[in-house]
Amino acid sequence: MDFREDQIERYSRHIILSEVGVEGQEKLLNSKVLVIGTGGLGAPAAMYLAAAGIGTIGLVDGDVVDLSNLQRQIIHQTKDVGKLKTESGRETINDINPDVKVITYNEFVTSENILAIIKDQDYDFIIDGTDNFAAKFLINDACVLAKKPFSHAGIIRFQGQLTTFIPDNGTPCYRCIFQTPPPEGAVPTCREAGVLGVMGGVIGSLQATEALKYILGLGETLAGYLLTYNALTMEFKKIKINHNKKCGVCGDHPTIKTLIDYEIPACDL
Amino acid sequence: MKVKVNGEIKDIKDSVTITELLKIENVEMPDMVSVQLNGEFVERAEFSTLAVKEDDQIEFLYFMGGGSFGL
Repeated sequence: MDFREDQIERYSRHIILSEVGVEGQEKLLNSKVLVIGTGGLGAPAAMYLAAAGIGTIGLVDGDVVDLSNLQRQIIHQTKDVGKLKTESGRETINDINPDVKVITYNEFVTSENILAIIKDQDYDFIIDGTDNFAAKFLINDACVLAKKPFSHAGIIRFQGQLTTFIPDNGTPCYRCIFQTPPPEGAVPTCREAGVLGVMGGVIGSLQATEALKYILGLGETLAGYLLTYNALTMEFKKIKINHNKKCGVCGDHPTIKTLIDYEIPACDL
Repeated sequence: MKVKVNGEIKDIKDSVTITELLKIENVEMPDMVSVQLNGEFVERAEFSTLAVKEDDQIEFLYFMGGGSFGL
């Protein structure tokens, strides 16, 4: 592929990295990443991936922009309140980098549509930027069954965590760690929850880093590790996690062969 | 006896179960925690009967949802 002059300039700080170079930048421009959820995590992840020159970015979200989103979901701006999140996301990505082709899916993921969305563009890497356990288990199971690498992350209050799943690599999946969603009543109530806006920026940017490294074949991903971050103590911890032989979806005797729609607890905050 | 919890050495009395250890460590929402004992995940049903031993390494891993509602 021949780079245009403006592309050589736009990506010059990548190209001068010996580990990336022209070849690496070409890989990024030829790659496809799916970002599920354009909220606290998905927003910064999608923006950095766009700036990096990921050729195709898929955005999945069935929501519209709400004023209360803007404290952390930096892909959306005040003028976007009321707009479809996928459309607002597309506009921001196009403003950052017109090289990127944006595919929008204006829907929430369910057991009915997720595999079709993942396979629509044969995405190379998937980012879980969702905000509820039902979606997190669904994305995990779909990626395990479809053999797609993905980055899982969660944020709450002043804490965040992430891990990376690489198929056929013996790496643990999200369900290896947490076999089923937490029992109802165990999850923090809406009032107890909340999140420091910047948590999505820290953890979402790390998810984008994992996607870029995976595509470029650089360094070590978080496959087999859970990285946790506590903003109050400024501590990062990298915890070794092992594949769970009893895992329902990727264990020795998997019982989950079709996707499950768990109930999302209601919250009217 | 000494055990390691999330990388930190703790001095606890003998024959403490996972459930008791969660209490000792002041874990507010034990239902939101998954436990790895010496690199192996422990089934929730075993929390109340499985006792930790000298030099065991225990990791508490917390469920984290999303930012908006945290559910």
